[in-house]
Amino acid sequence: MRKSWWKILTVFLLIYVITGGLLFEVPRLHILNETIRALYFHVPMWFGMIILLGISVFYAVKYLRTSNQEFDLRAIEFANVGVIFGILGVLTGMLWAQFAWGEWWSGDPKQNASAIGLLIYFAYFILRGSLEDVNQKARISAVYNVFAFAALIPLLFILPRMTDSLHPGNGGNPGFNAYDLDSRLRMTFYPAVIAWTLLGVWIASVRVRIRRLFINQEI
Amino acid sequence: MAAQLISFIYNEIRLEWRNRYTVNGIILYLVSTVFICYLSFSVRANQLNPITWNVIFWLIILFSSINAVAKSFIQETEGSFLYLYYTHSPQVIILGRIIYNSLLMLSLSLVGFGAYALVLGNPVEDIWVYLLVVVLGSVGLSFSMTMVSAIASKARNSNTLMAILSFPVVLPILLMVIKISKNAINGVERLASVDDFMVLLAINALIAAASYLLFPYLWRS
Repeated sequence: MRKSWWKILTVFLLIYVITGGLLFEVPRLHILNETIRALYFHVPMWFGMIILLGISVFYAVKYLRTSNQEFDLRAIEFANVGVIFGILGVLTGMLWAQFAWGEWWSGDPKQNASAIGLLIYFAYFILRGSLEDVNQKARISAVYNVFAFAALIPLLFILPRMTDSLHPGNGGNPGFNAYDLDSRLRMTFYPAVIAWTLLGVWIASVRVRIRRLFINQEI
Repeated sequence: MAAQLISFIYNEIRLEWRNRYTVNGIILYLVSTVFICYLSFSVRANQLNPITWNVIFWLIILFSSINAVAKSFIQETEGSFLYLYYTHSPQVIILGRIIYNSLLMLSLSLVGFGAYALVLGNPVEDIWVYLLVVVLGSVGLSFSMTMVSAIASKARNSNTLMAILSFPVVLPILLMVIKISKNAINGVERLASVDDFMVLLAINALIAAASYLLFPYLWRS
């Protein structure tokens, strides 16, 4: 990942997504109107969060297998950036909900689940903070990281699907597939998911390098 | 391994029986909480809204389960930790503790349900389904709490950590349990709850599997 081609790709994709997301033609729909553009900024945050937290769990498992400090650094930084994506996802979602549903917080199952998911990861940071020994900190937080991810999966993927949600695509609301007759949304949506996720990976890798510098300085 | 497991659980129970005051303390905690709820609502039997009745019951069970399960790893002395470390494999310890805590929570929540129904009335229409939810719910709570208490026991402020680590992890179970038990209170047709039961079982299995796989790493540190 030291090559620079994917960083250049990220920048170009993001420029495309931001200009295209704000300027391209979108389907005219009742109630949603122009707020349908939230699809390019709100939904990719969740994709990014899940992918980044998944990478964090991957490194936590790798740490448990090898006890290499390097993997712990990556696990914590990917979790950090994943949580920031989650917070941005909640905020952009609230902004959209305020126009589409008329309220900032409507107690929608997906809203609640994402709030609980963030609580799980805040607890992860508190747990890290309250352990002294470096090796113990890394090992125990890796264990909680995997455990929390296992608890997060039913929360985000199973429970919201069992109740009616106000979100498009749930509880009788048509999903974007139904609106999107000529695939205009998709032309910006898929690049948006890739671009935002790559940006998250980029931020995380920079932060890992900063941490590594701090550790080398101490020795 | 099965024989080791059985002897481990048997020893845990014997140990618990020898200092009965801890279990008695938790039962007293449970019954006094029920009584506090009764007095603060100052209701006569069957006047509480069934939804509120249900939610308060589960909150009482949640808090007593934190107290009951927290002692399994947090209140371990250095000596007993070393003894267990050298004599048992981590798999036996986590499975034994999970099963033992489930048995403990099961009896506690059944006692709690009896006391609760006695003072606050019993609006449940389908009592068998409700009891099944109580069984699965308390087992699920002790599954996740056992692992969380093992994690929290390693840190300094373990009692606070126990609460903040376990609440978000327990929430999916709690939400499912409240949903199914509401159906049981309203006497909804049993087939309607089968899917929810399956999801609850799947969550329990997921958490048990995660604990089983992760505990050895925790134990070694």
